[in-house]
Amino acid sequence: MIGTGISVNSITARRRHPLARVAVVALALGLLGGGYALAAPNGSTADAAIASGKADDVAQGKSLFVAHCASCHGMNAEGTKRAPTLIGVGAASVDFQVSSGRMPAADAGPQAPRKPRPEWATDEAVNQLSAYVQSLGGGPTVPSAEQVDPAKGDPAKGGELFRANCIQCHNFVGAGGALTYGKYAPSLNPSTPTQIYEAMITGPQAMPVFNDSTITPEQKRDMIAYITHVRSQVDPGGSGLGRIGPVTEGLVAWVVGISLLVLASIWITAKKRRAA
Amino acid sequence: MNAPPKAIAGVSTFVDDRIGAGNFLKRNMRKIFPDHWSFLLGEIALYSFIILLLTGTFLTFWFKPSMGEVPYTGSYAPLYGVHMSEAYASTLHISFDVRGGLLMRQIHHWAALLFVAGMTVHMLRVFFTGAYRKPRELNWIIGILLLSLALIEGLTGYSLPDDLLSGAGLRITQGVAQSIPIVGTYVSFFLFGGEYPGHDIISRFYTLHILLIPGILLALITAHMILMWVQKHTQMPGKSRTEKNVVGAPFYPAFMIKSGAFFLFTFGIIALLGTFAQINPIWLFGPYTPADISAGSQPDWYMGFLEGALRIMPAWEINFLGHTVTLSVLIPALVPLGIVMTGLALYPFLEQWVTGDRREHHIADRPRNNPHRTSIGIAGITFYGILWLLGANDEISANFHIDLYTTTWFGRIAVFVGPAIAYWITYRICIGLQRKDAEVLSHGVESGVIKRMPNGQYIEIHTPPAEDIAEHIRGKKEIPVLTSAEDGEGIPPKSARTALGRLRTKMSEAYGTDHVPLTDGHHDGHHEEEHAGVGTGDRKELH
Repeated sequence: MIGTGISVNSITARRRHPLARVAVVALALGLLGGGYALAAPNGSTADAAIASGKADDVAQGKSLFVAHCASCHGMNAEGTKRAPTLIGVGAASVDFQVSSGRMPAADAGPQAPRKPRPEWATDEAVNQLSAYVQSLGGGPTVPSAEQVDPAKGDPAKGGELFRANCIQCHNFVGAGGALTYGKYAPSLNPSTPTQIYEAMITGPQAMPVFNDSTITPEQKRDMIAYITHVRSQVDPGGSGLGRIGPVTEGLVAWVVGISLLVLASIWITAKKRRAA
Repeated sequence: MNAPPKAIAGVSTFVDDRIGAGNFLKRNMRKIFPDHWSFLLGEIALYSFIILLLTGTFLTFWFKPSMGEVPYTGSYAPLYGVHMSEAYASTLHISFDVRGGLLMRQIHHWAALLFVAGMTVHMLRVFFTGAYRKPRELNWIIGILLLSLALIEGLTGYSLPDDLLSGAGLRITQGVAQSIPIVGTYVSFFLFGGEYPGHDIISRFYTLHILLIPGILLALITAHMILMWVQKHTQMPGKSRTEKNVVGAPFYPAFMIKSGAFFLFTFGIIALLGTFAQINPIWLFGPYTPADISAGSQPDWYMGFLEGALRIMPAWEINFLGHTVTLSVLIPALVPLGIVMTGLALYPFLEQWVTGDRREHHIADRPRNNPHRTSIGIAGITFYGILWLLGANDEISANFHIDLYTTTWFGRIAVFVGPAIAYWITYRICIGLQRKDAEVLSHGVESGVIKRMPNGQYIEIHTPPAEDIAEHIRGKKEIPVLTSAEDGEGIPPKSARTALGRLRTKMSEAYGTDHVPLTDGHHDGHHEEEHAGVGTGDRKELH
């Protein structure tokens, strides 16, 4: 304990204090309880719902599932020919797919597009559905508000990770891009920070999974900070022209630039000196 | 009273006595310029070039052509602390921390796009009106050189900021260099001063971009203008326009004012674009590292047709005597560019060879009056346009939800079929327009007046076309055809005896034969009514 001003003797003395045993037991119980609460949030969501007087989320989720999802994913989420099993996909996956309107899918295309949510899919219903699917076989959970808070991330660091991992499909500002066989990387502009995080940990549709050992939760938050910062930025150079690069620039050069100049040249040469 | 003030007269006499400027000016200030809007298209390029020189000079004051790595400490927050090249950092500095810097950058870039676009439309005008014909072939070649150099100038220019997008272009440039058989690797190492990307390419491109190529461009533009001045303009056919005169407005004062106004228009439109339309937002692209690539990486528009060729090319690669020949890069890099540029450069000479036309031409052709040339031009535009379109196939696929591979296959087929279809359609349109012209001359134009004849027949009175229109139409000139007629003993002329000679004769016949000769109706009023019957007996039976 050099330099701290606390001598080894004084700690030893405190260990012998009459209340030390009580304190140690209380600390151990607290750590155990808190640790359990952190490590096993699955059951606790349902428990908390019951404790707070709400209906059982898992049971509610199951009835929602049967009503809206089971026709494709099977009565017990075991999967059918039309859609994969949902056992083990986790709450994050359900939250991403349903909150972005991709699920329930409208028709069988190469890829389910983002669309407005159906009326029944309120935030509460999405939570219940997520809780039900989470109860089936675990999987990635919905990130906390703090985990996705752009204000807590470093956009510069996030930008480097974004360029290294995302832009080859999603474009340099997340405007989206084409993939093969009619698939595409969607625009990131309408995505909430939570959805961006969930997409990284679940890898929806054609997207690969970026798990926590590839990109740490802090790095994910940095990336979210970059994405939200850049997309909310007012383009300093005027209209951003869709922010998709030289294609729209070339279009504007011809359709606006050359057209106006041709009109100007026609106008100038049409002006003739009036006969005196 | 009209004598100039002494202060001016003294100076002008001094100058005149020494360099004889007075005579020169007297001769040249009255030079006549024809009044047709399409003759101003080349000036778009000229004025853009002036704007490029001025804004480019401004940018060089702050730009650092170095690939040395520095952490960014400027005012653009999302890149703060990121390591990048000095070139990229200084471009960010110009964009965010130099007063007016971003505007200048954007004006420079828009002017560059319009520089090449202006050259392109000007070249198309010259091509379709046959203004490249003798004696102007040399100036045409200078124009093609200017266009080719402008492409290289553009490529070196958009590589300079060293952002992620320009890096993608640089990587393709390196790929093209490497694809050259046998010497490819050496060329790449020579160009980049070692392994890609090395530390030299930005400073090398900088020297090319601001010194060598603009210098050559300036010299060639001067030569282009002097030749134009000496050879005079072509003019569209029309009343009292001959091969020996030029009808139009004198350079001073009329054309000079118009030209000056057109410069202001060009500058104004480029400045508007630079102010309201963001171009090349390098801060969004991020700094270049060879490991990163963005979806939607495209070059500027004038390189788009090469990009498209690369995108639709199948992945062909062969091994020849131990050398890998990357046809999937070599073909798209060289063949379309070769077809377009070489084809353009050789066209005046090929046309002369086919037609045997050695005359001087100062009256421009109306495109319809040389249907094969016009069709070849449109076929070329279609070829270029399809490749150009396919250069953006990922954006088309993503934004219109078309399968990417469908666009690729469309391109692979359309690049061959499209020009052929375009050729045929254009040819038919040209012939149709020629027929319309012939009809206007021989039958006159519809007057809108319906006349009832004594026998009950209704006719519409046609009136002769206005004199200027008639003269414009009569300006059609025959295209010479090589004589292939056999002489009295059944022997064809010497030039038509070889296989090539026979082909040449055939092509000449196809190219030059006039299918719709103008029959200038020397008709009186009576004659014209006869031709213009409407609702004759036959038609009535139909009702």
